[in-house]
Amino acid sequence: MNSLTNNSPDAESLIRPGSYYGNGIPYLPIDGYPGKIIAIEGTDGVGRSTQIRLLREWLEVQGYGVIETGWTRSELMQPTIELAKASNTLNKLTFVLLYATDFADRLEKEIIPALKAGFIVLSDRYIFTAMARAGVRGVDRTWMRNLYGFGIAPHLVFYLKIDEKALIRRVLQSRGMDFWESGMDMKLGDDIYESFRAYQRSLLREYNSMADEFGFRVLDAKRKVEVIQDELRRQIGAFLADSDASSQPASASVT
Amino acid sequence: MLNNLTTPHDYPGKLFVVEGIDGSGKTTQLALLAKWLSAAGHPVVLTEWNSSALVKAATKTGKKKNSLTPMTFSLLHATDFADRLLYNIVPPLKAGMIVLADRYAYTAFARDAARGVDRRWVRELYSFAVKPDLAVYFRVPIEVSTDRLMARRVKLKFYEAGLDMGWSSNAIESFRIFQGKVLDEYDRLVEEFGLSVVNAVGSITEQQRTFRRLVSQHLAIEETNEQLDEQLA
Repeated sequence: MNSLTNNSPDAESLIRPGSYYGNGIPYLPIDGYPGKIIAIEGTDGVGRSTQIRLLREWLEVQGYGVIETGWTRSELMQPTIELAKASNTLNKLTFVLLYATDFADRLEKEIIPALKAGFIVLSDRYIFTAMARAGVRGVDRTWMRNLYGFGIAPHLVFYLKIDEKALIRRVLQSRGMDFWESGMDMKLGDDIYESFRAYQRSLLREYNSMADEFGFRVLDAKRKVEVIQDELRRQIGAFLADSDASSQPASASVT
Repeated sequence: MLNNLTTPHDYPGKLFVVEGIDGSGKTTQLALLAKWLSAAGHPVVLTEWNSSALVKAATKTGKKKNSLTPMTFSLLHATDFADRLLYNIVPPLKAGMIVLADRYAYTAFARDAARGVDRRWVRELYSFAVKPDLAVYFRVPIEVSTDRLMARRVKLKFYEAGLDMGWSSNAIESFRIFQGKVLDEYDRLVEEFGLSVVNAVGSITEQQRTFRRLVSQHLAIEETNEQLDEQLA
């Protein structure tokens, strides 16, 4: 199969940033688009949105066009996903497929047009969140990777890594444990604390197992916001400098 | 990948599926089959393509705004299918009942590919589906199906007519182009998935006789042609 989990030893090298993971969307060729996708991954409570807000500011000051995207923000799917979550009628497959539809809608309506126009797309979570959640729920891995074969490999994926203990404290300090983030649909037990712990532990395991496969750049999420932001800026700055240098036609450069 | 769709299921029930383009008469044939099965004392459950409550709102929003793309169209239908498989198809099969499906995964394979979605991707997407005991494809030329729809004064809808693809702004013309592509895709599926083909141009009774003969091979129903003619008269 042409998806990203080829069994050949050099499967990782088949992932090309800015291209589809698998066969992609045949009617939407995207190669050569100037925009970039930068994804920030990590479980709830690791501070993704704060980092994205600061990054956006920094990038715009430098003159980069930026758009943000994130799960369930599609016009098409948001009401349906909210309703389905509230009514608790989802099973693991419909859960996965609703989210994939949301992603497809945002990909075609927001992400691809932005890439074409040369924007930097800051993605608050990416397909890896969907894969981690599905993995925990026992959805077939190969099937999942084929499903997201229409996804575009980001140019950079940062994974804000945290351990279970630190995560629990952060979540309790902010907004508390909610039904879905505690994996209560998996009926691991009535105790929301135990359920949250078990669920988040398996989620973290899933994310860790994807780090090599998808080339995550792992950052320690326990460090201070500013420290993480500095590290993000350093790596993103280096990446953008490289790609600006290689894409700049000679005549346009200032001598 | 999963290979449920290509491996026989081991539920005690039976799954019979009809496929074909709009106006092929498959729904009529399925209704007659259901009558026959019920009369013979078989508990029958019917399930229709794209009928689950789960995706209704999103499909409606998308259709109203004409904002569905071939990919979101495909994924919404897969979501609907997964929902019905879990709630409406697998439980009756487990209970030893007969499930009659008006369109199945093959409809997605034909339509989505006709819209330019990757063929292999859609097939793998539906690889969680249960393999039908029998899938009958009612094959009909476009002229015949269009005439039937026109005679019933069916108003061609935006997506059904493939107007989202921009092949033609004329609904009937667009419908013909789209259905032509869908027919080509169905032809590939016949061999790939072993669909039984019924010539859907013939008389309703004739088709139903063929259909029942095909189905009876999977059931302990003995039926003579005379009985069949009597019921259909």
